[in-house]
Amino acid sequence: MSTLFEEVPASFGDDVPVRRVTLTVNGEQRAANVEPRLLLAHLLRNGFRLTGTHTGCDTTNCGACTVLYDGVPVKSCTMFAVQADGHDIGTVEGLATASELHPIQEGFKDEHGLQCGFCTPGMMLAAKALLDENPNPSEDEIRWALSGNLCRCTGYQNIVKAVMWAADKLGGAADDSDDGSADGAGSDAGEEG
Amino acid sequence: MALDEIKIGGLGASRRRVEDNRFIRGKGNYIDDIVLPGMLHMEILRSPLAHARIRSIDASAAWAIPGVRMVLTGEMLAARNLAWMPTLSYDTQAVLATDKVRFQGQEVACVVADDPYIAKDGCEAIVVDYEPLPPIVNPTQAKAPDAPLIRDDKTGQDSNVVFDWEVGDREGTDRAFAEADVVSTIEMHYPRSHPSPIEACGSIADFNRATSKLTVYMTTQAPHIIRAAVALVAELPEHMIRIVSPDLGGGFGNKVPVYPGYVVSILASILLERPVKWIEDKSGNLISTGFGRDIYLKGEMALRNDGRILGVRMHTDSDHGAFFSDAQPSKFKVGLMHSAFSCYDIGAAHLTAQGVYTNKAPGGVAYRCSFRVTEAMFFQERMVQAAASDLGMDQAEFRRINLVRDDDFPHRTPWGFLTDSGQYGKCLDLGLEAIGYEDFLRQKEEARRRGRLLGIGISTMTEPLGAGNSREYDILGIKMFDSAELKVHMTGKALLRTGAKTQGQGHETTWAQIVAHELGIPAEDVLVEEGDTDTAPFGMGTYASRSTPVAGAAVAMVSRKIRAKARRIAAHLLEVSEEDIEWELGRFSVRGAPDRGVTIQECAIAAYSNMPDGMEPGLENNAYYDPPNLTWPFACYIATVEVDPETGVWDVLRVVAVDDCGVRINPMIVEGQIMGGLTEAYAMANMQFITFDEDGNCIGSNYMDYLLPTAWETPGFELHEVVTPCPHHPIGAKGIGECATVGGPAAFVNAVIDAIGDAGVRNIDMPLLPDRVHEAITAGHDVSGAPPVKTEP
Amino acid sequence: MYPSRFRYEAPATVAEAIALLADANGEAKILAGGQSLIPMMKLRFAAPAMLIDINGIAGLDYHHPDADGTYRIGALCRHADLEKSAALAASQPTMAAAAPVVADPLVRTRGTLVGSLCHADPQGDWASVMVSLGGSIVAQGPNGRRSIAVNDLIDGPFQTVLAADEIAVEAVVPAAIGTRAGGYLKLERRVGDFATVGVAVSAEMSGATVSRAGIGLTGVGPATINAAEAAGSLVGTSLDGDALDTAAQLAAEAAQPRSDHRGSADYKRHVVATFVRRIGEQIQRSGQEAA
Ligand SMILES: Cc1cc2nc3c(=O)[nH]c(=O)nc-3n(C[C@H](O)[C@H](O)[C@H](O)COP(=O)(O)OP(=O)(O)OC[C@H]3O[C@@H](n4cnc5c(N)ncnc54)[C@H](O)[C@@H]3O)c2cc1C
Ligand code: FES
Ligand code: FES
Repeated sequence: MSTLFEEVPASFGDDVPVRRVTLTVNGEQRAANVEPRLLLAHLLRNGFRLTGTHTGCDTTNCGACTVLYDGVPVKSCTMFAVQADGHDIGTVEGLATASELHPIQEGFKDEHGLQCGFCTPGMMLAAKALLDENPNPSEDEIRWALSGNLCRCTGYQNIVKAVMWAADKLGGAADDSDDGSADGAGSDAGEEG
Repeated sequence: MALDEIKIGGLGASRRRVEDNRFIRGKGNYIDDIVLPGMLHMEILRSPLAHARIRSIDASAAWAIPGVRMVLTGEMLAARNLAWMPTLSYDTQAVLATDKVRFQGQEVACVVADDPYIAKDGCEAIVVDYEPLPPIVNPTQAKAPDAPLIRDDKTGQDSNVVFDWEVGDREGTDRAFAEADVVSTIEMHYPRSHPSPIEACGSIADFNRATSKLTVYMTTQAPHIIRAAVALVAELPEHMIRIVSPDLGGGFGNKVPVYPGYVVSILASILLERPVKWIEDKSGNLISTGFGRDIYLKGEMALRNDGRILGVRMHTDSDHGAFFSDAQPSKFKVGLMHSAFSCYDIGAAHLTAQGVYTNKAPGGVAYRCSFRVTEAMFFQERMVQAAASDLGMDQAEFRRINLVRDDDFPHRTPWGFLTDSGQYGKCLDLGLEAIGYEDFLRQKEEARRRGRLLGIGISTMTEPLGAGNSREYDILGIKMFDSAELKVHMTGKALLRTGAKTQGQGHETTWAQIVAHELGIPAEDVLVEEGDTDTAPFGMGTYASRSTPVAGAAVAMVSRKIRAKARRIAAHLLEVSEEDIEWELGRFSVRGAPDRGVTIQECAIAAYSNMPDGMEPGLENNAYYDPPNLTWPFACYIATVEVDPETGVWDVLRVVAVDDCGVRINPMIVEGQIMGGLTEAYAMANMQFITFDEDGNCIGSNYMDYLLPTAWETPGFELHEVVTPCPHHPIGAKGIGECATVGGPAAFVNAVIDAIGDAGVRNIDMPLLPDRVHEAITAGHDVSGAPPVKTEP
Repeated sequence: MYPSRFRYEAPATVAEAIALLADANGEAKILAGGQSLIPMMKLRFAAPAMLIDINGIAGLDYHHPDADGTYRIGALCRHADLEKSAALAASQPTMAAAAPVVADPLVRTRGTLVGSLCHADPQGDWASVMVSLGGSIVAQGPNGRRSIAVNDLIDGPFQTVLAADEIAVEAVVPAAIGTRAGGYLKLERRVGDFATVGVAVSAEMSGATVSRAGIGLTGVGPATINAAEAAGSLVGTSLDGDALDTAAQLAAEAAQPRSDHRGSADYKRHVVATFVRRIGEQIQRSGQEAA
């Protein structure tokens, strides 16, 4: 970003405390000046324009804002941006590499684990945290781990399947390092990437 | 060789969704993701009281906060004749309150500021002096002789009654009751509920003084209707208004009406000449935007001892809140409530309905529902269960006796609807077999002997979808048709636009499949766009499960127009007469010489480079589709439950769903719709409701108390299908978006009532909270009415 | 959704935090997991002038038993740490039963047990668990440390006896006489919901006989309820049917529930009794299995 010019809100009086935060977002070093009251979700969305992190409630119930905070899934609407200073944040935008989707993303698409897509980033990150810790979860373990995330559209059954799909694929990749095109993606007629 | 339709993503392909490519990357474009240069932010100050006169509003402290750009009050709006707006039901609704507040959460003032935090600071700084008035929170209070008048703003309104309505055959029904062996009676309440998409509402209004153009990005399921409404309310020329509905984080009916936040953001943008963004918070969404349901029923059935239903009499009292703003066809005062019992062969039926104003949020939107059919089908299936038990008959057998038979179609219902197709008995039998009905009844008896309570609930129903047919269905006089526009480019790729608006149903995927089916253009070669009134053809939007029945039909029809033109081009290219051209998917060939042919893509390029003499160039067209009738999908939902007799807690054991929604365009998406709908049905039955205390305080105005089920308690679903094509829909589809939400709740409630049947209980009103179930079991009486909320010292 | 302005401090030591608290004259709040405080600030039910974030203070995230069996939970030990702990499951059955039912999995990664005690929500699960265990907290202020029994800590709904310049640095569960047994049952409308009724029963067993017992009740009174009489009635019994009936009855009487949209007062009392009996039977059964 250019250092020549940064607009600051004219409304900021000198009495408004602003702090510098430096953090890692999806592997990249970022810094910003923030008011302490700014929620982490809003720094990501409005500050860094990573709008994949959604906000779906004001009572910390929906989990649409889920991000990984040093690898741990948290509701980013219930942390202040200043609390991310010096920490590592993972958002949905960091799941895929330039060339490849993360298996969880593929699983959600292949198993129709989303409809409106609003809960999806949060669901996928909560699922990622689960699979990082427990690569082979049972259906109950998946349902339990996702019970802090609300979805109004899908009825969850396909979300559970999506996570299982991803677990299979991730497990498969560890077992044998073939090209991973064995099952799931690509098997269904009429599909495209 | 003919194309493989499944391979090109045509009809019947479980094609993976196109829209997912952006959603799984976090690259959706929802309202709050949109940022315009110089954009300001608006927040709403809401009334803490349900009914109060406004003595004064002092906003001076808010104006003084650095970063606050404008404070808008009702008085300012009144000066511009904007304090009130028309509703979809020919009533008026306050934009910002001037005289009184009429429900808790009503919009009182708006603050526009540099960021939403400051806007909120501004709201907090406004001082409103209220004089409390007695609140009315249910129809009984509303109709009491000395009830305070809620709508004293309306001349000629001298009571709280909104409407009295009657439909059906009064005398015929009286005769049926006179002949009855048994009359079965039941009273119920379908509690107030909220569609509650995870994404709340919002808008960004951007008025450009230089061009006089107003662009509004807005969470709306019906952009064209909104454009018309904005033109009328804001008195702006319609061609200078552009409504863009971006990706929607769910809708379910919540994003059909016009809300004050939209209107004020538009006015603020006009006054400030800067883009103004309003993003509603969840509490604002739950406390003030269109609720669903809130109807009381008294139902009676005239029965013969052999199990036949002779007649049905129903009376409903509906609670519409402070402003009558239901979204529904203008001719029907409680929507399609009178579609009840359409799947049964009954003699006569009669419905009286009264609607009242109360000090509750306005709305009565059709929450995942075609205009109140959810209440109709729920009441129907609860009445059916009560009737079977009054006759001492098995509930499945009772249904089998009364369901309309396959050879009775077309069938005229006693209310005058025409149902045209179905295999109701087959669906029921399939469901019973899948759940193992006889086995379960045995298990249930065995369990009962050991003190465990198992129950099974059935719900069978057909519901009218796909309004309209323009003779009978209009909203504010605008006829309920829909539209599609297809542009086939030179290289055979295509752009399709419709007047519908997807909210998660996957239109971008399925519409392309219809084109693939009709034209043989691979679905991946068809880009689907919706939601921008500057580019999309005029349409009525997506709600009431009308997209596939109406807009989907328009897609098929426009594709056929394109095919007809392509056929002429093919004849020209193949140098034969049109009559000698045969069509197979994706290709025209010469009759008798199948090797001589041209593909649709070859026709496309010819349309721009080598068209016959006298033919207009290009391969583009549009279609406006006015359906001849509603579509009538059928469903049979069966749930089994176990109730803990000690605590009243109940768990779902299994759920079987048999859906006949006609031809399935994308089976994967159809199943997704069913599972989502069943989840909302389960939620309704178990936990999801909004109630009010005696002061009119809304209980359920955030996700702490308005409970949506999580992955943990949501049961698994076992899905089955029967396909009876719709006889009048171009591809035989009937619609599936809401069947499970409509038909599902009764299956769960019936199952719980069945489980505790020995207690002699006929009814527990939803939600079946453990304490209500426990009370029914221990006291042996019905538990009816909105869950009580007492304010104890 | 948008909290009011505040000053933010992130001290590196408990001493610095106390100094900041002392300077703030009651205008500051400690920020631990933030899972109660931030939701209240977002709704503007709370608007502290200053937040003192203790998350950067090292060495507070522990939970472990001392050699004598005393169990210590540091101020930054998260609900999720407890939920996943094998050590806790082996030695603290009541806590182990409660940990997974506090809030939801994402809230549990941030929320702390000590923060929950300081928050003194009548619907908070940990307070009744701690009351049943005879637990306490260690409060540190400018003049050093003091121990406060959780039973005495909670002064009313959302009120504690902590002084404005005191921080709770840890919670302590005393060592058991004999074997620890217990359980926590929670009636919630949905997973992740606050309790409609929560019952914590903790017992210390000498063989099949109860040598010490505690019962804490969640969500059925203006504050956490210590059903001491009910618990007392279990001492000396072997949790037989009669003993459990008596305790269940007394616990139901100790509850002070209100009728609301979650259920009637009578129903909530009934559930208290049912849960006391169920946990008692559970303890008895597992005792028999162990024997
Ligand atoms: C959606 C949701 C559901 C929930 N459900 C439940 C539930 O079912 N059961 C339940 O028990 N809880 C529930 N909670 C609350 C949750 O458990 C909180 O984590 C807990 O109540 C507070 O802990 P905290 O560390 O987050 O405290 P904070 O929010 O940081 O602080 C809470 C209060 O305690 C004070 N405080 C915190 N730590 C200290 C300290 N060390 N010394 C002095 N003062 C301190 C703070 O100043 C503040 O006033 C829920 C929360 C949410 C958002
Ligand atoms: S926005 Fe709902 S939990 Fe964060
Ligand atoms: S896909 Fe719409 S909320 Fe989950």
